[in-house]
Amino acid sequence: MDFVPNSEAEFAAMLQASGVSSFDDLVSCIPAKLKEFRSRLPAPLTEMELVMEMEKLAASNRTSRQVLSFLGAGIYDHFIPPAVDALASRGEFVTAYTPYQAEASQGTLTAIYEYQSYLCAITGMEVSNASLYDGASAVAEAGFLSLQANSNRPRIVHAASLHPEYLATLQTYLAGQKAEFVSAPLKDGVLDLDALAGLVNPRTCALIVQSPNFHGCLEPMAQAADIAHRHGAFFVACVNPISLGLIRPPGEYNADFAVGEGQPLGCPMSFGGPGFGFLTSTKKLVHKISGRIVGQTVDENNQRSFCLTLQAREQHIRREKATSNICSNQALMALRACIHLALLGKRGFQQVAQLNHQRAHAAAAAICGLRGFSLAFKQPFFNEFTIRCPVPSADLLARLEKENLIPGLAVADPNAKSSNLLLVCVTETKTSDDIQRLVKALAAFSTP
Amino acid sequence: MRPPLLNEQSKPGLQAVAFPVTNDPVDLPAEHRRQTPAPLPEVAEVDVVRHFTILSKDNFSVDTHFYPLGSCTMKYNPKVNEYVSALPGFAQLHPLQPASHAQGAMRLIFELEQMLGEICGMDAFTLQPAAGAHGELTGMLIARAAHLARGKPRRKVLVPSSAHGTNPASARLAGFQIVTVPGAPDGLLHPDQVAPLIDEDTAAIMLTNPNTLGVFEEHILEIARMAHEKGALLYYDGANLNALLGLCRPGDMGFDIVHVNLHKTFSTPHGGGGPGAGPVGVKKHLAPFLPSPRAQQNPDGSFSWQHNLPQSIGKMRAFHGNFSVLARAYAYIRALGWEGLRAASRAAIIHANYIKKQLEDKFPAYTNRPCMHECVLMANHLKEAGLTVRDIAKRILDYGYHAPTIAWPIHDCLMIEPTETESKETLDAFISAMRKVAREIETESYTLQHAPHHMPIQRVDEVKAARELRLRD
Repeated sequence: MDFVPNSEAEFAAMLQASGVSSFDDLVSCIPAKLKEFRSRLPAPLTEMELVMEMEKLAASNRTSRQVLSFLGAGIYDHFIPPAVDALASRGEFVTAYTPYQAEASQGTLTAIYEYQSYLCAITGMEVSNASLYDGASAVAEAGFLSLQANSNRPRIVHAASLHPEYLATLQTYLAGQKAEFVSAPLKDGVLDLDALAGLVNPRTCALIVQSPNFHGCLEPMAQAADIAHRHGAFFVACVNPISLGLIRPPGEYNADFAVGEGQPLGCPMSFGGPGFGFLTSTKKLVHKISGRIVGQTVDENNQRSFCLTLQAREQHIRREKATSNICSNQALMALRACIHLALLGKRGFQQVAQLNHQRAHAAAAAICGLRGFSLAFKQPFFNEFTIRCPVPSADLLARLEKENLIPGLAVADPNAKSSNLLLVCVTETKTSDDIQRLVKALAAFSTP
Repeated sequence: MRPPLLNEQSKPGLQAVAFPVTNDPVDLPAEHRRQTPAPLPEVAEVDVVRHFTILSKDNFSVDTHFYPLGSCTMKYNPKVNEYVSALPGFAQLHPLQPASHAQGAMRLIFELEQMLGEICGMDAFTLQPAAGAHGELTGMLIARAAHLARGKPRRKVLVPSSAHGTNPASARLAGFQIVTVPGAPDGLLHPDQVAPLIDEDTAAIMLTNPNTLGVFEEHILEIARMAHEKGALLYYDGANLNALLGLCRPGDMGFDIVHVNLHKTFSTPHGGGGPGAGPVGVKKHLAPFLPSPRAQQNPDGSFSWQHNLPQSIGKMRAFHGNFSVLARAYAYIRALGWEGLRAASRAAIIHANYIKKQLEDKFPAYTNRPCMHECVLMANHLKEAGLTVRDIAKRILDYGYHAPTIAWPIHDCLMIEPTETESKETLDAFISAMRKVAREIETESYTLQHAPHHMPIQRVDEVKAARELRLRD
């Protein structure tokens, strides 16, 4: 199977028309010794064999439909209306190129413009790009943009509650830059504002805070933003977009950048990717942000049209002077988010956030009713919370795995050698029966 | 009339999807509560479905149009790959489930790394990077870490002037200074151009082979020798790998680090700009620097994640890469095997040379040596006609073809990459359209200046878009 739609006779005709007698004549420029290699690949499969092989591989995974899972920590199991798949799987979207040729790409461009509008609507920010790779790399891009925009400010302060994989990505991205990273300590699961005030200084280019944070707690974003701005640093808010139907959005506390992982907006979990990263900012920073941006304009007939704009920021024009190296983004996933948000609409977006909040709080209350279980932090939360268990959380997970139940993620406890902490996520997809099953299973570990 | 935006169709109270929320009060302090609802549209499901269906018809796509788009490898995207990558066993898998729950996904990752290694002649691969440029940054950070580990940090990276813009941008993001290697008239990189620029402070040379003029870098073995003699690493930008499948391998040319674009060579769809994937392969001596974690096969045949990698550069993103993109590429390679991959590159090269020859009297090739999978043709005499190469691009849209890559890597050029998945009939029809455009350049400059004429919209005013920024409703 090679998907080549020509016969050998046609190849012979094309070779002849090209003035050569064989294919080898066309590749005689390749040194002969490079053509002598030995390597092995599995034998080709027919389409039927391929489908069977792939179905077998897929079936050897245990999915969220076979296991009752309360995992979150960056990737979330949310309801995706079937219309999202039906529309986003249209070949005209899936197999289109990047919309550089605006006249041949109004479908993609209009959808991205609507995506940008919806992202601004939910975050309360003024400007959105057309997407980045994922939440972690979006944090890293925001860090890099902050460094570039503030020369002589090498310090990046981040809350200690930032997702560990996001922090690792930020540090990896900026390994070649003169950046210093300072972790701001926590008090009862959220930023210690007094300590934070002593860490942000005039050498600081950005303060990065995630809310809900890695422990599920809502951070004091408005106060943290004030501390950053007092010293002229950018405030970078990393948020869960689905929470913004209920939780105060970054635009309401004057964030300079609001970034995050867009997977909760209509993208399957898919073992962690692809989702998409989003990056929104204030209008003032629009010339400094990274990634593609779609703008509204007119055509020669004065009809409303859309095109990529501010391309002078980008690598294909500016090369090493570009604001970022990004080229491909996650356009098709941004399209999914756009369709998802349109389907939810103003009310659905509020409802799904409320339902997450309700179900997570119902679960937390029930778990905390068990002797020996308690909330690790006394802070407001959205759909994730950290539980202190009476036994090490790793043991608990190992025993419940046999019952096809994953009650959450075992997370480290900085104050103890073996951790009893469990990060539990309850989205709208978890019914009261599911929650009862979780509570019943945990009851087996309850202290007498 | 252009279709209205969904916001313009909004009617208070409409909602396509509802949730079984109760009226219980929400216990949340005011300081954390949203004050005003997000102004999203209020529309019915049918409004949403019609809107996006109508929009989709305003797009060119591989499913509907031929994209002779140089350096982008817009080949056909097999439907079976869409089906298998969306199987519930993959789509509904959480990345933090224990390895015992994800053995199928991990086998796929492990085997795809192995297969890419065989195809590229590299020893180890990471599948974490989400795109080509992300792969480049990964590769440059590996180069940086490797020189640091040798105790000799290096500052410079050599990049040919014809390289993709991402190359210098990625190297600079990794902290390097860019040294541009000028192009030679014959389109090849010559050892004597590299010699005066390379020294003990050179961390790496970034090359594309075949290069962006579509020709094979014949001096590659000598350039690799020069780089290694100075202790520099050779980096392979895999954008043009579609020319070489089964013919030769970057690893055998002396490249130390490669990235491949699964959304080009390995047929995963472009999605209107992504998601793609940019796996990075390295030679054995650089494997310790690959991003964390790495998939490994245990003695009992099962798979697990290896996290203890003290020399790793770290993480390039959360979790394990664009998995469903990886699954498509895996399926593609399994379907083709060596025979199919070799046939694909062979067809891609024959197609490009055929187009080049059929158009040479109208659009002479930049170089008269045989091209690989793409050809760079010159559009001469445009200035006399008051035209730019952009006018040609816009006019080609009218004939039902996506425009070639234009004005890069040299002025007034058209970079044409037909790929292997187009029929001779399609190529002939495209050639005929190009010949008509060539005639129009001589006689109908007005038609070209105002092209396109048969698209959903006329030519857009990009200057207005940038001057009067309107980036949202």
